[in-house]
Amino acid sequence: MAAAASESVAELAAGLREVGYVPGDSTALVSYLATKLGKPILVEGPAGVGKTELAKALAKVFDRRLVRLQCYEGLDEAKALYEWNYRKQLLRIQAERQDTAWNEVQDDIFGEEFLLSRPLMDAITSEQPIVLLIDEIDKTDQEFEAMLLELLSDFQISIPELGLVEARSHPIVLLTSNNSRELTEALKRRCLYLWLDYPELDHELEIVRLHVPDLEATIARKLVEIVGMVRDLDLKKPPSIAESIDWARALLLLGADDIDADVFRETLSVIVKHRTDLDIVAERVGVKLGPASVSAP
Amino acid sequence: MADAPAAVPAGLAAQLIAFSEELRAEGVNSGTSQLLDAFAVLAEIPWADPGDFREALAATLAKSQEDRRIFELVFERFFFRAAEQAAIRAGVREHADEERGEGEGKGDAGGELDLDELRRQIAAALQAGEESLMRDLARLAIATFGRQGQHSGVIGVDVQRIRRALGLRSEPRHELPADDPRRAGVPREALRRFEALMRRELERGQIERTAKLPPSRPLNELDRALPSGPLQDLAAVHRVVAQLKRRLKTQGLQTRGHARHAHVDVRRTMRASLQTGGVPVDLRFKPIRPRRPEIYVLCDVSTSVTSASVFFLSVLHALHDSFRKMRSFVFIERISEVTDVFDRERDFRAVSEAIASDAGVADVSGYTDYGRVWSEFRALVEDDLHPRATVIVLGDARTNGRDPRADIFGQIAARAGRTFWLNPEPRLYWNYGDSVIATYEQHCRAFECWTTSQLEDFVKALTQPIHAASLISR
Repeated sequence: MAAAASESVAELAAGLREVGYVPGDSTALVSYLATKLGKPILVEGPAGVGKTELAKALAKVFDRRLVRLQCYEGLDEAKALYEWNYRKQLLRIQAERQDTAWNEVQDDIFGEEFLLSRPLMDAITSEQPIVLLIDEIDKTDQEFEAMLLELLSDFQISIPELGLVEARSHPIVLLTSNNSRELTEALKRRCLYLWLDYPELDHELEIVRLHVPDLEATIARKLVEIVGMVRDLDLKKPPSIAESIDWARALLLLGADDIDADVFRETLSVIVKHRTDLDIVAERVGVKLGPASVSAP
Repeated sequence: MADAPAAVPAGLAAQLIAFSEELRAEGVNSGTSQLLDAFAVLAEIPWADPGDFREALAATLAKSQEDRRIFELVFERFFFRAAEQAAIRAGVREHADEERGEGEGKGDAGGELDLDELRRQIAAALQAGEESLMRDLARLAIATFGRQGQHSGVIGVDVQRIRRALGLRSEPRHELPADDPRRAGVPREALRRFEALMRRELERGQIERTAKLPPSRPLNELDRALPSGPLQDLAAVHRVVAQLKRRLKTQGLQTRGHARHAHVDVRRTMRASLQTGGVPVDLRFKPIRPRRPEIYVLCDVSTSVTSASVFFLSVLHALHDSFRKMRSFVFIERISEVTDVFDRERDFRAVSEAIASDAGVADVSGYTDYGRVWSEFRALVEDDLHPRATVIVLGDARTNGRDPRADIFGQIAARAGRTFWLNPEPRLYWNYGDSVIATYEQHCRAFECWTTSQLEDFVKALTQPIHAASLISR
């Protein structure tokens, strides 16, 4: 599959579709370019539009292992790249304390054997080509971002004691960001940029239908329309695509044959997760779905 | 990658470089390496498809959402002009293929079209939102009205005249028969698009007549700004404040590693050394306690900041969602504590109504009296203020000619750890008229703050390490 899927944009789009990811117009194109040029993709967009899913889907399409690094504030090299295994080094020193010259031990204990590799190191040294997902890069500090630069442009890491570790295969790299902080120009410069937004009505309908094929077409359409309406409101957390799918599943389980005001009120909590948001949505959208006017708005 | 440009014909390469220069002129940061990427990308895709071409360029040249928006505008403008320029140079006139283009237009009965029929068709096309059909009809409409000799020479005027003549309006019109597509009103977005198409076609005609390009116009602020309503603003404010909260919370963590703050925690180091056979390999440090944010916010709600006070109240509202130890005050002539109101009411509208009705801050004149506010504030919180507290004032520093009493404000600022002033006026207007921000600025850091991006700047300043911040404020 790997060879076939990378031949053209259309084939990659078809491949993504096959593994359950419905790519938008530019998604397939940018992913295709990234694989061709060997550049990382910086994916930005609101929460829950399928940024992480894209990485998983790409891993499936190309039949590669997915290495994931979840970023958080305070993440440092020791947790992302590598760490020396102190305990093992100590044991080594203690085991040969008597008759080994210091130089030998020193050379010995800073070998790859004593290196604890973390996700990024893992990605670099992997024999098989992989997909590397650096999730929520905007949560880290700028220092960490700077450290990534070497990795992203040349796919190599320099370890002072060991020298340069170069990638054995060319990984596909995805960085996701929720835009909670402006990333540095240097990082952006090295990436292809992809902005994912909430999908258009038809696009989302396709996604819902793909994941919940048993739901009736009319209900699915109405569901997507309502979700679109809810997103237009001023909410703390607009419903994501995953939540639309959850809602569709919930409706299917409940055996609802239409979305009227009652059903909407009862299942509202699937798509809206804040108390204040619940009130706003119930007030603005619930009214429009009065039991009398069941026709689509 | 260096040999990539050779794969692209020289003409296009030059155009792309010119395009990226134009992008740079509009403030998009597109350097040489981005340009090289763009060339590399173009080698990978069939660039006969305008959609792919645009997306591929955008992925390499525009690296944020704002950049992307500017990119779209510049892209459209640049390639339109480039095509017209080439047409002029090659001496291509449109008359020859115009006949053919119209022949393909739907229902075009030999060029002479009934005006009512045209109206109906255009309205139907707008309802359907079909781009190519809309473009054909825009040309047809211009041709029809052009024949009637109605060119004013000013494109904007012509567009509006044609729109009126076509009877296109976004409001529903119930007097029309039920089968008329205009009855339900034309979708606003489609109408805007149609107007843009007409404008483009008119420009094209004008260029052809005069055989030269009009001077290029830089994008103005209005084109550039992201479309946003007040509701979205509120959501944006909440987002920024949520970020502020997160930053404040982890502030201690960041400074924890700095060596000069580190004190070795002997007990924990000894414990950790048990793992390594009694050798203290891993030093444990006493944690630096994160600064617990204790915030006093004073918010001006008088008439001179009416437009800004909704923004301010939403900032206040969002801050309240995030911080436990926070006291808020609103003031005009007097000051009144509204911490309870925010604690009680979760809804933003209810809060602003409650403040408007029973905060009791207006006294006689309804004009802000900073001097009185400071003295009252000092009386209220004097005992509670301490060096770890942060005071934030939201106001325009317009005293209406009254005594600013900067001395009292100075005392407050001296007692509190940090004092910030957020001014809703552009910096240009500061210290003009009765604005006395300069006298207050001696005691605090003042920020202009009327957009959420400026609020973000403030957040950055507020959350930078304490010692650095205090150096700047002195």
